[in-house]
Amino acid sequence: MTEPAPAPPTIGQAGLTDTTVEAGLEIKVRSQWDYARRRFLRHRLAMGGLICLIIIFGAGIFANYVAPYTYDGIDLNNILAAPTTAGHHFFGTDEIGRDYFSRVIYGIRTSEEVGVLVAVLSSLIGLVVGAVAGYYSGWLDNILMRITDLTLTLPFLAILLTAAALLGTGSQWRVTFILAALFWTSIARVVRGIFLSLREKEYVEAAKAAGAGDTRIMFRHILPNTLGPIVVSGTLAVATAILVEAALSFLGFGIKPPTPSLGVLVAGGETNPQQWWLTVFPGLTIVLIVLCVNFVGDGLRDALDPTQRRVRA
Amino acid sequence: MPDPILSIRDLVVEFKTDDGIVHAVDDISYDVYPGETLGIVGESGSGKSVSTLSILGLIPQPPGRIAGGTAMFKGRDLIKMKKKELQHFRGDEVAMIFQDPMTSLNPVLKVGFQLSEAIHTHYPKEPMDTVKARVIELLRLVGVPNPDTRYEAYPHEFSGGMRQRAMIAMAIANSPSLLIADEPSTALDVTIQAQVLEVLKTVQEATNAATILITHDLGIVAEMCERVLVMYAGKIVESGDVHTIFRSPRHPYTIGLMDSLPKLTEDEEWLRPIPGAPPSLINRPSGCSFHPRCFQSQGRLQCREEVPALRGVEGSEHLAACHFSDELIGRTSKFSAPVAGGAA
Amino acid sequence: MLTYIVRRILYSIPVLIVSTFLSFTFVSLAGNPTSLLRSNPRFSPLTLHHIMLQQHLNRSIPVRYWFWVEDIFTHKLGISLSTLQPIWPDIVRTMGHTAQVIIISEVLALILGVAVGIFSAIKQYSFFDYVFTSISFLGFAMPTFWLALLLQILFVDIYLKWNVRIFYTSGLNSPGQGTWSLDRLQHIALPIMTLCIISFALYSRYMRASMLDVINTDYVRTARAKGLSEWHVIMRHVFRNALIPIVTIAALNFGGLLGGAIVTETVFTLDGIGYYFFQKLGALDLYAVMAYLLITSVAIIVFNLIADILYGFLDPRIRYD
Repeated sequence: MTEPAPAPPTIGQAGLTDTTVEAGLEIKVRSQWDYARRRFLRHRLAMGGLICLIIIFGAGIFANYVAPYTYDGIDLNNILAAPTTAGHHFFGTDEIGRDYFSRVIYGIRTSEEVGVLVAVLSSLIGLVVGAVAGYYSGWLDNILMRITDLTLTLPFLAILLTAAALLGTGSQWRVTFILAALFWTSIARVVRGIFLSLREKEYVEAAKAAGAGDTRIMFRHILPNTLGPIVVSGTLAVATAILVEAALSFLGFGIKPPTPSLGVLVAGGETNPQQWWLTVFPGLTIVLIVLCVNFVGDGLRDALDPTQRRVRA
Repeated sequence: MPDPILSIRDLVVEFKTDDGIVHAVDDISYDVYPGETLGIVGESGSGKSVSTLSILGLIPQPPGRIAGGTAMFKGRDLIKMKKKELQHFRGDEVAMIFQDPMTSLNPVLKVGFQLSEAIHTHYPKEPMDTVKARVIELLRLVGVPNPDTRYEAYPHEFSGGMRQRAMIAMAIANSPSLLIADEPSTALDVTIQAQVLEVLKTVQEATNAATILITHDLGIVAEMCERVLVMYAGKIVESGDVHTIFRSPRHPYTIGLMDSLPKLTEDEEWLRPIPGAPPSLINRPSGCSFHPRCFQSQGRLQCREEVPALRGVEGSEHLAACHFSDELIGRTSKFSAPVAGGAA
Repeated sequence: MLTYIVRRILYSIPVLIVSTFLSFTFVSLAGNPTSLLRSNPRFSPLTLHHIMLQQHLNRSIPVRYWFWVEDIFTHKLGISLSTLQPIWPDIVRTMGHTAQVIIISEVLALILGVAVGIFSAIKQYSFFDYVFTSISFLGFAMPTFWLALLLQILFVDIYLKWNVRIFYTSGLNSPGQGTWSLDRLQHIALPIMTLCIISFALYSRYMRASMLDVINTDYVRTARAKGLSEWHVIMRHVFRNALIPIVTIAALNFGGLLGGAIVTETVFTLDGIGYYFFQKLGALDLYAVMAYLLITSVAIIVFNLIADILYGFLDPRIRYD
C-alpha cells in the first residue's frame, strides 16, 4: 500500500525562483553584515577597546579644545615640574617648561593622522594591486609575488630608516608616504589570495556565462568578500604604523620638532632620566593606543572573518 | 540471548554554549550483543556519534558533560571510570574508527609507528620486532599492498581508502571485543566505500568483535547490520532487527528516511524529502521532537505535548517511539522486497 | 631531504642578488654619493677626484654595483665615505657583539615562549593563562625603544638611590673586561631583557594558539582513542606538530629582531652593527649603509634557510615539494 504522490517539494522558494546572481548576493550581504555586527558587539575586549580608542582619538582630533596649553608654550619659570594638578600640568612639564599633557595630546593627533593615513593608503594600493594580480594571474601575479617575497627578506626598520634619511625627514607627510610605500605589500598578498581562490568559484563562472565583464565580476562578486580581511588588516596596520613612526621619530629619522610626535617626546626622556614622566606618559599613550587598536582588530576579525585562524585569548 | 557486551542506560549528554545548553543525547538506552553488528542511523546532529564518543571519554569535557546514565561494559561502568582506567580500555577492549581518514592520522609520524603505538601502549613489554611483525600482518589483513614498505611511509603518501584501511588495522590491533565505526566510509568515494566496508566485514569475521556502525546511509545499514537503531534529535525513535525495520517501519521518521531514497527500479516524478529541517538542539519542539515535520501527526495534541516513549510494537523486540505507531501498521516502505545480502 | 635543502639554497641566491641590487640602486639614487662628497668640506678637489675615480662614481649604476660586488669578495666592502677607512673590520667587530645579544635573547625567548605557550594551552582559561595572555598583549603593544628606555631609567634610578649596580645601562664592557665575563653579562643583560620580552610575547601567543589548534584535531582524538595517556598524547602528537608554525614565526620575526637591535644598541650605546648603522646613516655614509644592508639581508636569508630546513625536518609533508 502506498500513499498518493505528494505535491512537488516546496523548499526554499528564493533558491528556485531567483535567476539573477545579483539578487542572491544582495540578500546574502545584508544578513552577513547584521550577523557580523552582532558578533562584534559581543566581543567585550573589542568594545572596550573601541570606546577607549574613541576617547583617545577624539582627544587628538579636538586637541585645540582638550589641551590646556599649546604644544609649544614655553614657560621658563616652570621647567621639569613633576605631574601635579596645579595649573593643569597633569603630566608635568619638560625642560623648557612646556606642558607635557598638551604635548602628549598633540602627539596623539600626529600619531593618529599618520597611522590612519598609512593604513588607508596602503589598503587602497594593496587592494588594487592584489586584485589585479590575483584575478589576471600570469606574469603580473608572478612579479607581485616576487616583490612581496623580497620585502620579507629585507630588514624592515633599516630600510625605512634609510628611506627616511635619504628622502627627507622631518615632514609628517613624507614619513606617511614612505611607510605606506612599504606596508601595502602585506595587504596585497591577502587580497591576491582571495581573488585567486574566488576566481574559480562557480558563481563567477555563472556570471561570465551571463555576459558579465571582468570589472563587473571583480567589483560585484569578489570584492565584497575581500572587504572583511582588508578591514582587519587595515586596522592592525594602524597599530603597526604608529609603532614604526614612533620608532623612527625616536631615533631622529622620522618626524622632527616642532611637530609633536609621541616618539619624539619619548626621546626627550632619554636625556632626563630623573624626570620619569617625560618617558612614561608618551610611551604609555602609545601602548594604550596600540592595545586598543589590536583589540578592535581582533574583534573585527572575529566578526568579519571567523574562518580565519584566531590568535586571541 | 547471551548477555550484552555493552549496556547503555539513560544516557544524557549536554554541551554548554553561548546560546544555551545543547541537548545532544537525551536519555537513550540500548544494548550491544557480542559478535553482532548494530547500526545507528540518523541525520547530522541526531546524537549518534556523541553517544559513543561520550562513553569513551572522547568529547571535550569543558563544554561537554555527561549529565547522567550508565554504560556497562563487561561489568564495569565506563562513565564512572577514572581517566586512567578508561585509557586501559580505549584501544584495547573498545576501539574506534573515525570518519575522515585524511585528518585522523598524525601527518608527521610514520604510519607503521602509529600502528605500533596502538599495540605498544597496552603491551609495553612486547619487543618491538614482534610488534612490527604484527602490524605488518594487520596491514596485510586489511588489504594494504606491500605492507613492509608501507610501514615506513607517511600518511600523506597513502590514498584516502588506504588510510582508512590503516585506521581499521589500528583499531583491531589489540583484538577488541567492541568496535565502534563512526561513519567509516562517508568521506570516501563510492567505489572506495564498498572496498572499506568489505574490509570491515573481513575484520569482523577475523576478530568476531561486536560492532557499532554509525551511519546516515540506509544502504550501508542494509548491507552490514543485524540490528538497527534510528536516532533523531538526541533520542532513539525506533529500534529492531534490520529485516523487520526495513519491511515494516513503525516510526514516521524512519518511513520518511526510506521514502526519501530514490528507487532504482521504478520511475518517480518527484523526490520526497522530509520537509523542514532538523530541530535546534537548544530549543527542541515540545512533546515529540519530530512532530513539526511529521506526516502522521497532523498536528494532534498528544504529539505536541507528550514525549512518546520507546515501546514495543506488537510486544516484540521491535521498538518505536511514536504515539500512533499502530496507525502505521500495514504501511510498508519501498523496501518491501526481502533485503538483499543482510549481515552474516 | 637533501634535494630540498639544495633547492632552497639555490633559490636564495638570486633573491640575494636582486635584493642587494635594489638596495644599492635605491641608496645610490636617493643618496647621490657624488653630491654628498662634494658637500663635505674635508675633501680637497684632488682627493675628491681621486675618490670618484676609485669608486667609479662617474659610471652608471649597474657598473657601480658590479664593482661593489667585486669589492665584497675581496673582503673590502669598500671605504667608508666619512672616515675613509675600510668598512670591513668595523663590520666584523660589531657583528660579533650584536650576534651575542641577539642569539641569547632569541634562544631565551623561544624556550620561555614555547614553554609558556604549551602550559597556557593545556590550562586554558586558568589564572596562569590569563596572566600570560595579558603579558603577551602588552608585549605586542609596547614599542621596543620605550621598553629599553624604561629599563634603563629604572636601573639608573636604582644605582643613584642605593648605589648598587645590578645591570649596566650603557656600553658593552667596563675597561679591560672580556667578551664572556660577568661584567659583559651585566652590560648586555638589559638589552637582552628588552628584546627577549618583545619576542617572548610573540612566541608564547602563537605557541598557545598552535597548541589549541592541534589539540582539537582529529588525529589527536585518534591518539586518545588508542588509549595513550594524556602525557604521551601531548608529548608525542601535540607538541611537535604545534611547534611547526613557530619555526615560520621565528623566521619572519628575525627581520624585526634586527630592527630591534638597532633600537636597543642605540639606547644602551652598544658597539653593535645596529648602532654602527645608526651612526653611519646619520652621517649619510652611503657605502657603510649599503654594507649594513647587505650583511643584514644575507643574515635574514641565511636564517630563513635554516628555518626552512628545520621545517622540512619537522614536517615530512613538504620535503617532496
